[in-house]
Amino acid sequence: MGKLLQLTNINKIYGDKIKNQVLFDVNLEFEVGSFNSIIGQSGSGKSTLMNIIGTLDKPTSGRIIIDGTDTSNMDKNQLALLRNETIGFIFQFHHLLPEFTVMENILMPYRIKHNRVSPEAIERAEYLIDMVGLSKVKDNGSTEISGGQQQRAAIARSLINEPKLILGDEPTGNLDSETTQTVFNLMKDINKELKTTFILITHDKKVAEQADRIIEIKDGHVIMDIPNL
Amino acid sequence: MKLAFSIGMRFLKKSKSQTALIVIGIVIGVAVQVFVGSLIEGLQQSLVDGTIGSSPHITIVNSEDNESFADNDALYSDLKEDERLTAVAKSFSRNGFVSLDEENTKAVLLRSFEMSDADAIYSFEDSLVEGALPTETNEVIIGTNFSEDNDLTVGDTLNFIASTDKAEDLTIVGIFDLGVASLNESWVVSELATGQALFDEPDYLTSIETQLDDVFAADTIATEVNTQIEDADLVTTNWKEANESLLSGLTGQSISSYMIQVFVLVAVLLGIASVLAISAVQKSKQLGILKAMGIKDKTAGQIFLFQGFVLGTVGAVIGAGLGLGLMYAFSFFVKNADGTSLVPFYFDTQFVILSSVIAIVASTIAAFIPAKNSSRLNPMEVIQNG
Repeated sequence: MGKLLQLTNINKIYGDKIKNQVLFDVNLEFEVGSFNSIIGQSGSGKSTLMNIIGTLDKPTSGRIIIDGTDTSNMDKNQLALLRNETIGFIFQFHHLLPEFTVMENILMPYRIKHNRVSPEAIERAEYLIDMVGLSKVKDNGSTEISGGQQQRAAIARSLINEPKLILGDEPTGNLDSETTQTVFNLMKDINKELKTTFILITHDKKVAEQADRIIEIKDGHVIMDIPNL
Repeated sequence: MKLAFSIGMRFLKKSKSQTALIVIGIVIGVAVQVFVGSLIEGLQQSLVDGTIGSSPHITIVNSEDNESFADNDALYSDLKEDERLTAVAKSFSRNGFVSLDEENTKAVLLRSFEMSDADAIYSFEDSLVEGALPTETNEVIIGTNFSEDNDLTVGDTLNFIASTDKAEDLTIVGIFDLGVASLNESWVVSELATGQALFDEPDYLTSIETQLDDVFAADTIATEVNTQIEDADLVTTNWKEANESLLSGLTGQSISSYMIQVFVLVAVLLGIASVLAISAVQKSKQLGILKAMGIKDKTAGQIFLFQGFVLGTVGAVIGAGLGLGLMYAFSFFVKNADGTSLVPFYFDTQFVILSSVIAIVASTIAAFIPAKNSSRLNPMEVIQNG
């Protein structure tokens, strides 16, 4: 299978006067359709890595190639477009827009891309809503559903533009263990069914161990990178 | 654009009290502006109307005082064709005496006009309290004061003695009330030919009187008319020369009105800007999410510009309505002793539209600050902070 994502010699240094290096020469490659987890203590640099992969932050040096495109010289608008079309985000605190319903939230990335909602998009949203089991609450306000439901809505939202990559920053971080498993299984199913590449950040070893590959970051270095068979 | 608009509208709808606060601010601002502006404008109109509404605005006379000049039809028709002039009337006016009985004579001013033209300036027709306008030679109308003081009524005759010592019996066909006692006491008004014949000056005039649409342009138009007149003996005078204190009063009023309007506008602008800035901070989490999902900085900024525009439009429309309502209520409830409105209901459509447009533009501009902040916002900060 081809490479979806290539990180080459990524360094990240914060601060001008007092330099604080967070990432040291990180080299990683991710296969299309793979299911990866990144683990590490808080402060290990994993969130910084995630932001760099998600193009929300720029590395101090190094190259990131996403789906064959080098992101180094892209401007803010080009990056926004890339995020919109190629990357789906799932955040720890689900981050749905409280002003909108579940359905509207799920359609938002599509609207950002196309500026309107087509019948096909609604059909796809219905399909995703059904897949994540939210058919009954799709017209509820996004704050009127439970935490697990919100996280599942966020997963459906991340999939609406059929992105090649889903980035999850502690996607199950504030869920109880039963709901965590449900949400995790859902992501695994999507990975199998749609061949979407997943990269999940987690500090939950149980979650990490269910991924196909486990990468551990410590003090800005990749200290472990093993396939999980 | 459409996306920014619909997100902006949804944000407004979901924070109803904040939205209401901004709209009320704009409504009050625009209402005060429209009300104060209309009130002062109405006040000035009625003042100007009362002062110079029934008198000539530009008068063409001989440069030598009280000398007559030859009736020049070309000049008259030139003036008639000038669209800025709403009325043009030839006039022949001379002092004379009316002999009431053996011992009693009274000085009067004989004013002779082509009645149809003069009516446009002096509204003789409307000010008649009795009788009709003169149509024949030697028919006159007199003022109420003159009629009462000397026991004269319609049908009586006046023995008029011109300064040329020519005397003639004139028939009173009507009595007018021009609202100014001195005119009602001294004016005897006739057809043009009557005066010219009495003073043996046929085809001569003492003045050509005109009225304007834009009374405040009297001085500039007078200067222009002056250059058009070929006869070097003729000069123009205008009402502004004779009413400088009224003019400076009016100017002072206008300036204070503009001051009030400007300060109201600034206050409203600051209000909108601060509330929108707060709302942009409150929505920073949402903006972060939208940016992570790939919304462009420009679109994110537009959300707030649209909010400013929509708030401004809604506020301006309601505010203009409220302002006109206040103006109407003022004209309806605040009255003179005689029951007429202190300030008649007045509004200038252009002024109301301009005030509204300014409010809309100002609101949109006020939204620039939050728009700029939100387009600068880095999604990472929001997402990391939960």
